[in-house]
Amino acid sequence: MAAKDLFQELKFRDPVRARALSEAIGHEVAALGRRVSVMHVCGSHEQAIARFGLRAVLPPDLELIMGPGCPVCVTDGPEVDEAVALAVQGARVCTYGDMLRLPGTARSLADAQAEGAKVDVVYSVSQALELAEKHPEDEVVFLGSGFETTAVATAAVALASPPRNFSILSVHKYVPAAMNVVAESPETNIEGYIAAGHAAIITGWGIFEPFAARTGKPVVVAGFEPLDILAAILKLTELMRAGKPEVANVYPRCVTKEGNLAAQRSLWKVFRPVTGRWRGIAEVRDGNLDLTAEFAHLDARKRFRIDTAPVRDDEAEEAAKGCICGSIMLGLANPGDCALFGKTCVPESPVGACMVSSEGQCRIWHTYGGVPDLRKVGT
Amino acid sequence: MEKPAARIGLKHGSGGRAMRQLIEDVFLTLASPVDGIGLSALDDGAAIRVGDRWLVITTDSHVVHPIFFPGGDIGRLSVSGTVNDLAMMGATEPLGLTCAVVLEEGFPRADLERVVASMRETAREANAPIVTGDTKVMGKGEVDGIVLNTTGVALAERVVSDAGLRAGDLVIVTGTIGDHGMAIMSRRHDLRLEGDLCSDVAPLNGLVREALRAGGEDVVAMKDPTRGGVAGVLHEMAAKGKVGIVIDETALPVRDEVRAAGEMIGIDPLLVANEGKAVIGVRARSADKVLAALRAHPLGASATVIATAIGERPGAVILDTGFGKRMLAEPEGELLPRIC
Amino acid sequence: MCLGVPGKVLAIDGMSATVDFFGVRKELRLDIVDEPVSVGDYVLNHVGFAIRRIPPDEVQETLALFDQILDVSGAKADLMAADVRGEIAAAKHKE
Repeated sequence: MAAKDLFQELKFRDPVRARALSEAIGHEVAALGRRVSVMHVCGSHEQAIARFGLRAVLPPDLELIMGPGCPVCVTDGPEVDEAVALAVQGARVCTYGDMLRLPGTARSLADAQAEGAKVDVVYSVSQALELAEKHPEDEVVFLGSGFETTAVATAAVALASPPRNFSILSVHKYVPAAMNVVAESPETNIEGYIAAGHAAIITGWGIFEPFAARTGKPVVVAGFEPLDILAAILKLTELMRAGKPEVANVYPRCVTKEGNLAAQRSLWKVFRPVTGRWRGIAEVRDGNLDLTAEFAHLDARKRFRIDTAPVRDDEAEEAAKGCICGSIMLGLANPGDCALFGKTCVPESPVGACMVSSEGQCRIWHTYGGVPDLRKVGT
Repeated sequence: MEKPAARIGLKHGSGGRAMRQLIEDVFLTLASPVDGIGLSALDDGAAIRVGDRWLVITTDSHVVHPIFFPGGDIGRLSVSGTVNDLAMMGATEPLGLTCAVVLEEGFPRADLERVVASMRETAREANAPIVTGDTKVMGKGEVDGIVLNTTGVALAERVVSDAGLRAGDLVIVTGTIGDHGMAIMSRRHDLRLEGDLCSDVAPLNGLVREALRAGGEDVVAMKDPTRGGVAGVLHEMAAKGKVGIVIDETALPVRDEVRAAGEMIGIDPLLVANEGKAVIGVRARSADKVLAALRAHPLGASATVIATAIGERPGAVILDTGFGKRMLAEPEGELLPRIC
Repeated sequence: MCLGVPGKVLAIDGMSATVDFFGVRKELRLDIVDEPVSVGDYVLNHVGFAIRRIPPDEVQETLALFDQILDVSGAKADLMAADVRGEIAAAKHKE
């Protein structure tokens, strides 16, 4: 039975159907009669696109740009410094595996761990809770990262009366803010957006309607299998050609218009949106999720005096301001245009989000010396 | 320019780029010329010419958490690892193995006896006698539980390096990939994945003997995809053989449960360690013969051709996904479960 | 951004469920999912929480949708585009 179920999943990966969809996309783009750019705002979409090599099946006149959609990559150096400082001060810091090697201005949690700090990688916030119960002698701080999909799990734990030695250092990010920052850039030439399907499970696809109306650009909510993504691109090009700034949902097996109302209630009970800087990008209005006053007792920033001075590198932080990730993500600049690229910003010690992410433009340029064209290799 | 880190991190032991860099920068200063394959070749082991044959030597230290895992334990791992490193050089008849153990004060005697029983069993299976050993005990906290080192020696008529690929050669993997690493990972980081994940740890000298018997001189490169997984091995083979390698992703043998666990924690089975698989480069004309011989052996039943060496893009590993092609990055750092 | 994998519910114990992911079983929390979950249902996992119950007929419908859209035999690219448009619109109307 397991094999049959897996097979059903794999049907969303059928290369024959993928080719048919890509032909249809080619037809739509040809009918548009010009070069067009669309953006997805989701690290998992980029992973699926990169993993399956989907860019190779898109028409050359369609540029599919990776927006600021990886919540780990856009977590800023000074935010990581706070977690490193807490670990160095003696707290037991628990976090997701993605965050361990993410650099602060000087050090990562992995560095702190190598120097003897207590840092635990967890798969779920509920494990952090269990560690707090198991180690009453430790102050357990959960470094909560991820978009609203992940923040609702943090909220669920916050609402379940965690033990007194448990607190939360929130670096959670909010998806709609990421789309706003792109759309509000005066230079942007993005004509349509593919929205993150899993975040939309929580918020519902209706949340994008004001955005589409305000910006005049269509939004399509997509799942994560190759056919989901290609179907979304096709729908998007069709809306672009028809000049309809609508929201479409091609992930109906998971996403509804209203979303998960109970989860939204929990989310906004525990968190509130605040403005903050995203790594290498900009101040993002309402881009970060902080704990509300009601949950101040769980907020590590309120509970501890976090002194980042010993773990911070102000010079590096100043130099990081030269990072042009924001422009690279908008497709307005190449990694080669950045003064930091390949010098202070390398995969081992990345400065900007595009070098942090394994699928980021800067990482790919650095590893392969540009974007390799593999279409004819080995044929 | 990248400065090397002032302190050793876990990434320096995880089989990827950081570890290779450390070895090149630090340990290669120990290399001196030998008649054969020495340290500077960075192969699975050394081969020193003795008369008209080759003395193959390899050594490996083993630490694993937990020490007992689904499908095996550190004892079976330590014997298999060394037997396999010998086999990957073409030396399938080990003359002898050593066993050096470092124990932490307080280590349970019953666990030690269980580990040793497993070593005995595996050595018998591989027909590899354990001939000498050493024991040290360190204070509590000075070492984590148990560290096992085994060294193996064998004589070989012909040495197979990992540098022998040329354009047109085919690459075979002897079975499903990612089984060992995923079974270990499911027990680490408190992931609590239950079910059918099971390590493939096994001595491969019998299987490799069959491949060499069938393919002879046409078996041109061998390596066991331990840390760094199949991706790591193919990067090494591509770099050392100065060829490009194109993987047919749809051909990769992956168990359902390994694929599912990989998707859950965001880890590609190509990067995950194996302890009972070999990656074998063969001249295309002998691929069928070698495959048939592998499949006739119980450890090679799902052997399959997964990749082709090409003349373009020497050193690159390219993944053909069935949708399009992409570069496959060299593994780096310890694998960690991801949420995004 | 968020890894999500569908699995089948094998057993339920209060706010926690045992879910099978193609041979791998894991306990998931049911705090977030907003519909009653029963044994045999499919749920989507994210960081150890079920975030969505996927009604089995919707899995089937998406599959049927794709099958219908992409009935490749003899179809030309522009016909296909029309089909795909129609089907995606249909999916939206089902909301």
